[in-house]
Amino acid sequence: MTDPAADAVSRRPNRLLGVLKGIALIRESTVGMIGMGLVGFWVVMAILAPVLAPYDQLAQFASATYAKPLTAAPDGGTFWLGADPLGRDILSRILYGAQRVMIYAPLATLCAYAVGIAMGLAAGYKRGWIDDVLSRISDIILSFPILVLYVVIIFRFGASGVNIVLAVTFASGPGIMRIVRGLVLDLRNRDYVAAAQTRGESAWYIMFVEILPNARGPLIVDACLRLGYTIITIGVLGFLGLGLPPPHADWGGMINEARGMALYAPHMTLFPCIAICSLVLGFNLLADGLREISLKD
Amino acid sequence: MVIFLAKRFAFMLLTMLAVSILVFLLLQVDVASIATKVLGPYSTEEQRRLWLEANGYMEPAVTRYFDWLGSMLVGDFGESIRFRVPVSEVLWPRLGNTAILGGLVFLIMVPLSLILGVLAGMREGSGLDRAITIGAVITTSVPEFASAVLLAFIFVFWLGWLPGTSGMTEGFDLSQMVLPVMVLVLYGFGYITRMMRASMAEVMQSAYIRTANLKGLPYRRVILKHALRNALIAPFTVIILQINWLLSGVIVVEFFFSYKGFGQLLYEASTNKDIDLILGCSMVAVFVAVGTQTIADIGYTYLNPRIRFT
Repeated sequence: MTDPAADAVSRRPNRLLGVLKGIALIRESTVGMIGMGLVGFWVVMAILAPVLAPYDQLAQFASATYAKPLTAAPDGGTFWLGADPLGRDILSRILYGAQRVMIYAPLATLCAYAVGIAMGLAAGYKRGWIDDVLSRISDIILSFPILVLYVVIIFRFGASGVNIVLAVTFASGPGIMRIVRGLVLDLRNRDYVAAAQTRGESAWYIMFVEILPNARGPLIVDACLRLGYTIITIGVLGFLGLGLPPPHADWGGMINEARGMALYAPHMTLFPCIAICSLVLGFNLLADGLREISLKD
Repeated sequence: MVIFLAKRFAFMLLTMLAVSILVFLLLQVDVASIATKVLGPYSTEEQRRLWLEANGYMEPAVTRYFDWLGSMLVGDFGESIRFRVPVSEVLWPRLGNTAILGGLVFLIMVPLSLILGVLAGMREGSGLDRAITIGAVITTSVPEFASAVLLAFIFVFWLGWLPGTSGMTEGFDLSQMVLPVMVLVLYGFGYITRMMRASMAEVMQSAYIRTANLKGLPYRRVILKHALRNALIAPFTVIILQINWLLSGVIVVEFFFSYKGFGQLLYEASTNKDIDLILGCSMVAVFVAVGTQTIADIGYTYLNPRIRFT
């Protein structure tokens, strides 16, 4: 018999390799590859926004309002995608907008997952009254039409980045809880859980070390879909004027600001639309690809 | 069966009650700002205080909650600050307009997505299946506001076929409904299609379909008589639950096309700090949502004999 501690140490690099292999598996799915490409593209754009953007996102050129794409800017540069009603460069605003959405959407989804997983584990593993209470609470929150809930929350607490994160956590935590709970109910009767219980491990250890890692497959797929959905939500709130406050670039907000003039200068709304659609599509395709692969084995 | 129904309805009422408490607590805003909104920025401190007292805003929250709940039960939703009329006077006609919009959406979306789903799920992995699946993913990735912008660009700006707003200022006009309906159908049909496809694909692998195929029944008959009826059970719930989704979707679409419906009303209420109107709107929305959920549950139990009467 080998020493279990030494075994655990030697296993660690393999685990990292396993994760990398898992990511490499996406190559088996064309759809997944396209999705990963789209998401990767926007991640790179968000990171490199300060380098790539030709102008500051707030720089205004009073003489260049509604400038068409590919026209010369007053300072000798080019508005590749045109300028908005305040004469701000749309390309720069889309790039900085990518940065913003790439911060808030994952952050909000992560918070929702932290809450949802904690609730789901507690409900599924502990059962009893905890399960009853948590399930009822989530039933109540889930019975709201989602956007009605967002409008009410944002109305009450005001539009800001933090409040959007909180609103998404509040509204989608229960959905995640249901999924986690279902997975836990299935996993809690496995032999390895029984073994851990016999060893005298604490409930915390069993929930987070034995059960949660084994529930990761469906959760990763769900997280991709949910990220896409959160991006839509942030976009919708921005579009309704309830989202991240101006003047910093926000894709939904850009569409809203240019909406009135959309018919005369369509480029102002068209490019942010393409940006948001391609990013959401990327996450949806990635989720599809991951599901396809997980069904294979 | 009676016990089952009674249980469902009791549960529905409990949910509604809990939701009403939640909504009421969420909307306990700073009352001073309401008074300012109503009386204008130049009103005195004293005037505002008197107004708040006269309208019962100074009572404790519990008393106000029960007052509000009681008057809601008899159909009195309070007074709208924005429109200066009772809430029920604006709420019901607006809800009716949204019902027209939603009805048209369902009339087109449901048959379309069921047919596409059956075609895709009939032969899993075929070219048609892949085309429909990918098409459904793409359309669900385009948020309503984006497709509204894109479709308005194509049909209003470029082709000039349709009006860009749906204000219905000169009576009902079907051509003004086309774009809102199109946007909602485009975003919503993908989900039902995927559910129908999954359900159909599962049924196609079952033993009784294999038997039907092996005994030499024509393919058409296998699909129409044996597969379809069983495959329709699961999507039924999804379709009913889409009503909940539609209540969210209409906020964006009605805002964009300035269609005078429920969604725009809720939006106006929230931007104008019209508390009674928001309370009324969100309660009606939740009522519709919880009601449809109950119908979906009951219907599903009724359709699927395996889980009946539990």
